[in-house]
Amino acid sequence: MTLKQVVNNVAEMPASKNAVVDIKNLSLTFQTADGPVYALSDVDLTINEGDFVSFIGPSGCGKTTLLRVIADLEKATGGDISINGVSPEQARENRAYGYVFQAPALLPWRSIERNVTLPLEIMEISKEERIKRAHEALKLVELNGFEKKFPWQLSGGMQQRASIARALSFDADLLLMDEPFGALDEIVRDHLNEQLLKLWARTNKTVAFVTHSIPEAVYLSTKIVVMSPRPGRIIDVIETDFPRERNLDIRETPEFLEIAHRVREGLRAGHSNDE
Amino acid sequence: MTGSLAGPSIWSRMMSGQTGPVCVVLIALFVLWYVGAVFMNAPTQIDKYNRADQTWTTSQLIEDTLAQERPILPAPHQVAQEMYKTIFATSITSKRSLVYHSWVTLSSTLLGFGIGTILGIVLAVGIVHVMTLEKSLMPWVISSQTIPILAIAPMIIVVLGAIGIKGVVPKAVISTYLCFFPVTISMVKGLRSPQVIQLDLMRTYNASKWQTFWQLRLPSAMPYLFASLKVAIAISLVGAIVGELPTGAQAGLGARLLAGSYYGQTIQIWSALLTAAFVAAMMVVIVGWCERRVLARMGVKA
Repeated sequence: MTLKQVVNNVAEMPASKNAVVDIKNLSLTFQTADGPVYALSDVDLTINEGDFVSFIGPSGCGKTTLLRVIADLEKATGGDISINGVSPEQARENRAYGYVFQAPALLPWRSIERNVTLPLEIMEISKEERIKRAHEALKLVELNGFEKKFPWQLSGGMQQRASIARALSFDADLLLMDEPFGALDEIVRDHLNEQLLKLWARTNKTVAFVTHSIPEAVYLSTKIVVMSPRPGRIIDVIETDFPRERNLDIRETPEFLEIAHRVREGLRAGHSNDE
Repeated sequence: MTGSLAGPSIWSRMMSGQTGPVCVVLIALFVLWYVGAVFMNAPTQIDKYNRADQTWTTSQLIEDTLAQERPILPAPHQVAQEMYKTIFATSITSKRSLVYHSWVTLSSTLLGFGIGTILGIVLAVGIVHVMTLEKSLMPWVISSQTIPILAIAPMIIVVLGAIGIKGVVPKAVISTYLCFFPVTISMVKGLRSPQVIQLDLMRTYNASKWQTFWQLRLPSAMPYLFASLKVAIAISLVGAIVGELPTGAQAGLGARLLAGSYYGQTIQIWSALLTAAFVAAMMVVIVGWCERRVLARMGVKA
């Protein structure tokens, strides 16, 4: 590579050089027996390093699909997407992200510790290192002491925390979370939201978080992406400037209520286009 | 009132557990068997009385029908006596010992079960992982079981005999032929039982097919495997017995059955039948025990 090429490459790099996820004009159409379904259409989005981005919208707006495209669990049918500068497939092969599903999806025949070490085993990391990292990850989600328990011995919230520990165990910089607390009651959810924020503040990871709860989205995020269905598209992107270390009390502040109001307006506008 | 027993009656205490009801069913079965034996054997017995110009009473008739040498339906105690004689009171190396014959049958059953289980699992793994194998193999797997085993068993024995394979192997082949089927069907279902979310999870780790198989598909299939093994071990025994029929009744429980039917030795037939049932039951119990051990190690809720 000549010096000129290097200089050119540098010049061609995206404006924000710390973009983790860069999406341009992305679309995804599912071909079904009833004709094409436009799951995503004309999506443009940049997620920067250290961002906590929430995707919010009614069901069918493509928020989960978008997360799955980022994770290379679905393939986009149009547009460009890059993760850390490479294709989603390469990013997945590099194990660039940890994914937390709607359900814990723990393997019932493995203890909590062995569930957390599962990705490490697949990545062929030594046993000693696996156990060390599992303990660290379980400590982050406050599940230390439950290593030898089996999933059925834990409550739903604890199981979901274990699945977050599993996603953290291999220390990917990007965390993709698909309605991880959707099935939990509000008290447990508040608690886990607080824990998640602390964890994010401590580890400086980039988080993409799908939710259908407005308070959850506003409370957690640095950037809220409001989406609308048929076709799935982004209708508003709201940046918030709450401090990284925040507690549940901010939900009573005027700023919080104002942002929540804007999200609600966005969701309503998206709907009225439709009906 | 002071002298009466407090608490529930003996009857209700006996029937509150499992032992009571099980005993009642067992006793009822024995009574039914005895009644059946009397009625089924009575015509020949009455015939015998008439030919000997003998007068008879009902109690004498009942007594005689339960002590015939070649009854149509032997009484339980006759079978029990025969079983005691041929299992405990005969040297196990003797050709009259049921232990000897059971072992002959059991050895080919276990060999056939072992090969059948491995074959069944290998086929299932192939079918689950290779699309074309499902299309090309599955119809053959299913149609193989539509052929009556009684029709194909002699051919297997003859063909293998012609190329010099005799003894335990041809019988094991018949057992294999029967018992690979439930294993294949169950394992295909079991290996496909992981949820989409679990498969997606493995994909996010960029796990290889082999890793997904080893860490996810195989453990998920274990309950399916054991359910099929219980069926497989029992029909494997059936296969071994059927395999012994065309060999000219040399040895094995099947040979005892055949010899018994040649000479009208119904007591011998029933003894062999009950022994076969007992052997099958024991093997199912052993498989069940292994299942509990394996699943307990896999952390399944007790």
